[in-house]
Amino acid sequence: MLEQTPAHAHQFETLEQQREADTLGMWTFLATEVLFFGGLIMCYTFARFSYPQAFEAASHRLYVAYGGPNTAILLCSSFTMALAVRAAQLGGRKATTALLAVTALFGAGFLVVKGFEYHTDYVEELVPRFRFHWEGPDAAHAELFFWLYFVLTGLHALHVTIGIVILTIVAILSWRGKITAEKYVTTEIVGLYWHFVDIVWVFLFPLLYLIGHR
Amino acid sequence: MKNARGTYLDEHSVSSWLLTTDHKRIGILYLISIVVYFGVAAVAAALMRINLLTPQGGLVLPATYNKLFTLHGVLMVWFFLIPSIPAVLGNFVIPMMIGARDVAFPKLNLLSWYLFNLGGACALYAVVWGGVDTGWTFYTPYSTTYANGHVVTMIMGVFIAGFGSILTGLNFLITIHKMRAPGMTWFRLPLFIWSLYSTSVILVLATPVLAITLLAIAVERLWGVGIFDPNLGGDPVLFQHMFWFYSHPAVYIMILPGMGVVSEVIPCFSRKRIFGYHFVAFSSLAIAVVGFFVWGHHMFVSSESIYAAMVFSILSFIVAVPSAIKVFNWTATLYKGSVSYDTPMLYAFGFIGLFTIGGLTGLFLAAIAVDVHLHDTYFIVAHFHYIMVGGMVLSFMGGLHYWWPKISGRMYPEAMGRIAAIVTFIGFNLTFFPQFLLGYLGQPRRYHAYPPEFQVFHVLSTAGATILGVGYLLPLLYFLWSIKYGARAPANPWNATGLEWQTASPPPSENFEQIPIVTAEPYDYHPEAEEEPQPEPQHA
Repeated sequence: MLEQTPAHAHQFETLEQQREADTLGMWTFLATEVLFFGGLIMCYTFARFSYPQAFEAASHRLYVAYGGPNTAILLCSSFTMALAVRAAQLGGRKATTALLAVTALFGAGFLVVKGFEYHTDYVEELVPRFRFHWEGPDAAHAELFFWLYFVLTGLHALHVTIGIVILTIVAILSWRGKITAEKYVTTEIVGLYWHFVDIVWVFLFPLLYLIGHR
Repeated sequence: MKNARGTYLDEHSVSSWLLTTDHKRIGILYLISIVVYFGVAAVAAALMRINLLTPQGGLVLPATYNKLFTLHGVLMVWFFLIPSIPAVLGNFVIPMMIGARDVAFPKLNLLSWYLFNLGGACALYAVVWGGVDTGWTFYTPYSTTYANGHVVTMIMGVFIAGFGSILTGLNFLITIHKMRAPGMTWFRLPLFIWSLYSTSVILVLATPVLAITLLAIAVERLWGVGIFDPNLGGDPVLFQHMFWFYSHPAVYIMILPGMGVVSEVIPCFSRKRIFGYHFVAFSSLAIAVVGFFVWGHHMFVSSESIYAAMVFSILSFIVAVPSAIKVFNWTATLYKGSVSYDTPMLYAFGFIGLFTIGGLTGLFLAAIAVDVHLHDTYFIVAHFHYIMVGGMVLSFMGGLHYWWPKISGRMYPEAMGRIAAIVTFIGFNLTFFPQFLLGYLGQPRRYHAYPPEFQVFHVLSTAGATILGVGYLLPLLYFLWSIKYGARAPANPWNATGLEWQTASPPPSENFEQIPIVTAEPYDYHPEAEEEPQPEPQHA
């Protein structure tokens, strides 16, 4: 039997076992997240299928000039995240910290752009219930589109915010030397979550902005 | 048997309980919480049954009656049945059964309990400050637009408790995958583990869909924009699809763990290896998988297309097959076993009979034409209570008696246990069998008054509920009594196989002095007859 070392929690036998459990835990959590967003995306698909004209017209009011750069920002952040995991595996404390910080900054940049976009939506009277004005036909279903748009992107933005908080915490831990090469799994788990948040956006962007766009 | 190194119950301070990360203590915390919620929900049921003694329903106002059945449904489903066996018995025995010191994520386990009770507090707040009258199903557009009362608070309660369920399921999945002792291969796992593994898959994959559905209701109710109300451009049937996509699999959350308990108890008290281990194990997974594709049978009369209805009907018949496989295997296990009639076994027998009736009446309802006649009648009420009370509650009681010596280190009084089991069985049948007849004769559910010709069935049902109440109260009293006065339990009072019986009763904090090494299959039981010399030739 292995000697008890503080490297792994008491319920585990080895660090390897803990690493596998932690990683599988995050994958399982992501499976629940897929169904969480999946339910909403199913609603969106159903509504879009039911009211194609209204949804297409409403979708044209979104700016690819906001969504496009934001997609690029998130893809870049996933790249730096992957580099951070690699750096953590190799035990590079400074590199890991810097890459985690850059990833968090990309995330913050995404939120800033998103904030400007929400502001534009508000100015253009596209916020359901609070400030909504629709010139064309079928205003009710256009409003439904924007309801789905706000719920989907809002929940996504919430996930980005949580991600930034976690990234910041892990970056600080890494700076203090708490994330050694043998405990790199913390970084990997955060990475899994971050890539998931990124992938959700990769689905949302075409669904909301691009379908039917000329 | 007092352990030299102390037991998990040794510390007594309040913080040692409220901040514990020991899976055994968390199991007990859950036990206490669900008894409270069960009590509140049972009082609601009692008030309904008393109200229904007379055709005009004189005890409560119609609006109050609506709130009572909503309260009963919400609390029983989300705050008693779903956490009952998984969070109480599962938490307590899973790590011991697989030879682990704890679950994979002990802190997350404690967080689940807090989320569960935060949700429960929201639900109770909604009840006390005006109640909710939507029924536990929260059907739209009634729940989003027309219903009075604290719908949003109630929904938030279920939403928060839902995250507790997700985390419990996640914890169990990872624990079963990664924490098994050396030699504990997948096919050496006790069948209780297989059933809770399947349950956890459902918890993890179905609950998020409920969460998003409840969130959509809350937003629609608060801000009047949404996807379920036809006036807002939404579709109420979409709500029903999403709700039942969770809630039908949730029915299996409420029965699979019970099947797991019965699979433990039957071999132990018939001293025989379980018949068809692999079939019982895989039928749990089959129920979990197929159970995800039958939700449409709740909507045969909700403008579902006839083709969709036919597919859902066929799938609903198919999902009965793995359940039947289990019943046949349990029965075959009894054959030529040395059956003894201890309390857990009596509950297990009750389970098999009542679950079979509940399951077979489910097939009536899976047949489209019959369902049109029986939809939303007392027949439905009787059917699912045969599964949820006759199945889950009886198996929960059976499991609680079976593992009580391990949990408390004390024996419960056996004679009282047997009496309670029989009283529960009689009371249950008298309560719910008349409701099959009521439903078949056409009484719809959820009404506070009814035509006088139905009175005899309602009086029988209320009388049964009174007996059932005694059946629940007895164990509560003698379990509490046994904590102080019960005989000290040996490590293995049932002479059972399984790792949880190899450690002391009650177990030490880390379960085992040393992590066991597993070398044999589970259920290594031998009928007494086989152990003695026999005149008949033995087959090899």
